[in-house]
Amino acid sequence: MLRFTDEHEWLRVEGDIATVGITKHAAEQLGDLVFIELPKVGATLKKGAAAAVVESVKAASDVYAPVDGEVTEVNAAAVEDPTMVGGDPQGAGWLYRIRLDDTSALDGLMDEAAYASFAK
Amino acid sequence: MPSETARPQNARTPLHALHLRLGARMVPFAGYELPLHYPQGLLAEHLHTRHSAGLFDVSHMGQIVLTPRSGRIENAARALEALMPVDVLGLAPGRQRYAVLTHDDGGIRDDLMIAHLGDRLALVANAANKESDEAHLREQLSDSCDVSVLRRALIALQGPASDAALLRLVPTLAGMRFMDVREVDLMGAPATVTRSGYTGEDGFEISLPEDAAEAVADALLSDVTVRPVGLGARDSLRMEAGLCLHGADIDETTSPIEAGLTWAIQPVRRADGERSGGFPGAERILREIAEGPTRRRVGLRPEGRAPVRAGAALFLGEAEAEAAGQVTSGGFGPSLRAPIAMGYLPLKAAEPGRRVFADLRGERLPIAVTPLPFVPAGFKR
Repeated sequence: MLRFTDEHEWLRVEGDIATVGITKHAAEQLGDLVFIELPKVGATLKKGAAAAVVESVKAASDVYAPVDGEVTEVNAAAVEDPTMVGGDPQGAGWLYRIRLDDTSALDGLMDEAAYASFAK
Repeated sequence: MPSETARPQNARTPLHALHLRLGARMVPFAGYELPLHYPQGLLAEHLHTRHSAGLFDVSHMGQIVLTPRSGRIENAARALEALMPVDVLGLAPGRQRYAVLTHDDGGIRDDLMIAHLGDRLALVANAANKESDEAHLREQLSDSCDVSVLRRALIALQGPASDAALLRLVPTLAGMRFMDVREVDLMGAPATVTRSGYTGEDGFEISLPEDAAEAVADALLSDVTVRPVGLGARDSLRMEAGLCLHGADIDETTSPIEAGLTWAIQPVRRADGERSGGFPGAERILREIAEGPTRRRVGLRPEGRAPVRAGAALFLGEAEAEAAGQVTSGGFGPSLRAPIAMGYLPLKAAEPGRRVFADLRGERLPIAVTPLPFVPAGFKR
């Protein structure tokens, strides 16, 4: 199940684990990425709080936690090579995985069609 | 009424259609709609400029011409010397020079290039300041000079392959040195070409009529070595070259001495010089040359990979509570594959090798003070 936020993040949900990244639209807006900072594994995130930072040559942008939960895994390869986030933001360029406190938190998020029209 | 209102916001340059045709991502900048980057992306554009040649639309910059009413160019040069700590009288015909317009308190009103075209002086000023520069020059120089603003395009061709690419179009430009200026026929249009730029690389800036700009840009881009480069890479290139951006690294509060621009003040304008002083801010500027400024612009290399941005406070110690300085430009240096920044530090801390700290998202990030430029210049002197 793929879900999207109005902060241009995507979540791929399997059971109570969500993989989180930035959308293709966001990646295009940011341009080439040169640095990313991810939350620590085990960190507890609150919805709406800054969870990660993605930086282009020009600017730093916060990536907000889309749901409450605990970080279970981060994409170390993307930290090593931030260009993979721009190159494949909805695939190999995922950012982190989070165990949802409450899967009903996904109900308010957009599906792919709704996001596509939102991001126009 | 401020003349800023005379120019619509998001004005278009003569190369607007070209940018759209090339698929540029357009952004508002200094009242113009300009390319941030093209489909190739900022990093590739930056590196291409360092290795080959990049074409930049800098038509947003101010092109101002001073023509002496007396017909004697030295009268225009002398009048301009009253506004800047620069040897303008000593500028030879066919040569260009970097200059700063100063305020009475020694701050920098703008930085600009001055070219001696034989019977007149041609200035290139920052887009954000061009209206205020024009007003200042009219107010101060109208007795001696006609001040006119050119409606012309400005194309920068920068990088080690730019010489060969330009010579293929205009073989007669052979033999120009860094900071030479020539007026030539460029594909049937009267162009003014300087061998200078804002990237630290060898290169040229080409001033030409607006209606000739697209054909000339297309001709240059048809060369396989030349690719279009946007504002994003223009900024990262100038930062690696250690060049100041007015409004960021220099402004009305920084003196040229603090900014490390003492080299732009020729001995003839310094204490004991033949035309010592006589420019706005002379008292502070000459004192700082003699006694040293209290702070100085430095190069900064953050340890690790996180960029430090403009506005970040700088601390002399990891536990210091009081900021000692500030980052004025910061980001990522694609040629160095590392974060770079510039900022101001107290003179005692402004020594290469010194370690300072910046606040970054609540943590103290160690930063090495380094010499400028970060990337050696490729000028053909």
